[in-house]
Amino acid sequence: MQSLDMSSVDLRTVNETLQAAAKSQANATYEITNPRGSHAVAVGLDGPLSVTVKGSTGYYCAGMNKTASVRVVGSTGPGVAENMMSGEVVIEGDASQYAGATGHGGLLNIKGNASSRCGISMKGIDIVVHGNIGHMSAFMAQKGNLVVLGDAGDALGDSLYEARLFVRGSVKSLGADCIEKEMRSEHIDILKDLLDRAGADAKPEEFRRYGSARQLYNFKIDNVDAY
Amino acid sequence: MTHQTLPRQSWTFSNDINSEIRRAAETGIYDIRGGGTKRRVPHFDDLLFLGASMSRYPLEGYREKCDTSVTLGTRFAKKPIELKIPITIAGMSFGALSGNAKEALGRGATMAGTSTTTGDGGMTEEERGHSEKLVYQYLPSRYGMNPDDLRRADAIEVVVGQGAKPGGGGMLLGQKITERVAGMRDLPVGIDQRSACRHPDWTGPDDLEIKIMELREITGWEKPIYIKIGGARPYYDTALAVKAGADVVVLDGMQGGTAATQDVFIEHVGQPTLACIRPAVQALQDLGMHREVQLVVSGGIRSGADVAKALALGADAVAIGTAALIALGDNDPQWEEEYQKLGTTTGAYDDWHEGRDPAGITTQDPELAKRLDPTATGRRLRNYLNVMTLECQTIARACGHNHVHNLEPEDLCALTMEAAAMAQVPLAGTNWYPGKSGF
Ligand SMILES: Cc1cc2nc3c(=O)[nH]c(=O)nc-3n(C[C@H](O)[C@H](O)[C@H](O)COP(=O)(O)O)c2cc1C
Repeated sequence: MQSLDMSSVDLRTVNETLQAAAKSQANATYEITNPRGSHAVAVGLDGPLSVTVKGSTGYYCAGMNKTASVRVVGSTGPGVAENMMSGEVVIEGDASQYAGATGHGGLLNIKGNASSRCGISMKGIDIVVHGNIGHMSAFMAQKGNLVVLGDAGDALGDSLYEARLFVRGSVKSLGADCIEKEMRSEHIDILKDLLDRAGADAKPEEFRRYGSARQLYNFKIDNVDAY
Repeated sequence: MTHQTLPRQSWTFSNDINSEIRRAAETGIYDIRGGGTKRRVPHFDDLLFLGASMSRYPLEGYREKCDTSVTLGTRFAKKPIELKIPITIAGMSFGALSGNAKEALGRGATMAGTSTTTGDGGMTEEERGHSEKLVYQYLPSRYGMNPDDLRRADAIEVVVGQGAKPGGGGMLLGQKITERVAGMRDLPVGIDQRSACRHPDWTGPDDLEIKIMELREITGWEKPIYIKIGGARPYYDTALAVKAGADVVVLDGMQGGTAATQDVFIEHVGQPTLACIRPAVQALQDLGMHREVQLVVSGGIRSGADVAKALALGADAVAIGTAALIALGDNDPQWEEEYQKLGTTTGAYDDWHEGRDPAGITTQDPELAKRLDPTATGRRLRNYLNVMTLECQTIARACGHNHVHNLEPEDLCALTMEAAAMAQVPLAGTNWYPGKSGF
């Protein structure tokens, strides 16, 4: 394991080192210490690499991740794992707004809570939040799965497309065009797999499923009150 | 002989207006269309160049060099973009345009020595393959956004707004969401695709600054980062774009085209291109950033004269959208019969969102798209870009300049009070413009 101490190594060097290590396909292991809330830590990784960040980060930690595994032993600022393509990002603490925004793939595993707009515009990513999520989560969510073991805030899944939302706790309110849907066996299977991969202590049967009513897919004048 | 008054039409309730009232009453939905504003607003036509005279001498048209090269992204990027001409191709999405049209734009721009730009919906092989210099748009929707394309782009353009619709998102109607378009955007086929009006993971200039830092960290600080703004509050928007870390500001005035937006938005929101340039340049000058952060102006650029006027007011380059499509064959009289069938006529065809473009440009229908030969139309675009450049050089030489960037407001006068006020150049025949004190 190699270590990069951000109290003496600057961000540019940290990212350059990690990006090169990922690209070399060597399955290397790195540890980042003293991130002290830095923004854009471990971004743009493209290849097999394990990174553990010891401490909390600022905005966009692990942004646009591909293939690599990033684990943050702390909390993350806004936009963690934004536009992630594949691989795995684990947050041991809480995540701020827009966690996993526009993510196309991979698993974002948040052990604490996530804030508002979790999974906004998600495009295929899987997100598991062990705690609660804030308002406007999964806004315009297109694809992928959002699993919440705790409660969801206001306007969950507003204007969503084909993403699947699974919530174990309460949902304060549903957004426009988002409805509760029947939990069929195929959904139980998807959920079980996600809970297993995220190491979550919950049973699929305890969840409710939400998805798009698909009423806003083609503009109809009779729907204007929905906006 | 009896004298009757002629039937008198109302100016307030003109036939145009009345037809829109009837259309709204019938359908219950606002009108969506492509293109830019159709009303007349103060524009570059309201400015004239003075030319050389006793106090300055011109350059010899055919013998003395007048440089047109421009470098974009000198502030932070390790690899700035070098262009042979000060005219670029604006961002237009695949989805709005056919693959052939994107290829033609790439071919034409590359032959002319300039860049093209992707659009909402991501990067296609057609445009990457045929564009030597390609700017990758980073939009609120993030459709098709992926780090590989970010890395293989030559510059990144963060789109905050568009002149046709500052403050508005996008809409691509179901007819154009074919399997390929849907696949690129991770959406079901045939649905109306809304594009968000705000970015999902930042809200203002403070966090945009961090976003730009992230984009630079991912791409090794190599690529110029542009910020594109609609012509809303050009002074402050430009100043904040600089604050957020832009290498280049792209400023799109209200005449700027769109693939599909509400007509009410196109006609009633945003400021004319002419009115936007001086405040933006002023902001750059106040920050000591004029020419350090480059300014690219778009919205209604049609000729070398327009280019020269934009540059004289302080822009470093311009971008064209609609004019490039017309050069490829949009609204061409050869399709008049088909325009008639669509209930329109040459020059007025603007239902670009419906995907039935007879010229094969704003469509995803493979049969229609086939009508556009990307090689031949790419050459047409190159010719047109070359003509504009020659025109711009002709004017610059006549004003005594050996680089088009040496054109300046002092070379201009205005034909109308409005244009004089907006461009801050004297009304023709006077040494005064509205707002200028000390007279
Ligand atoms: C068909 C079409 C599609 C467009 N798509 C986009 C887009 O995806 N993103 C964007 O920022 N601007 C888009 N625009 C706006 C152009 O980038 C540019 O701002 C505008 O066309 C400039 O004005 P002009 O058409 O008068 O030259 C589009 C314009 C047209 C005509």
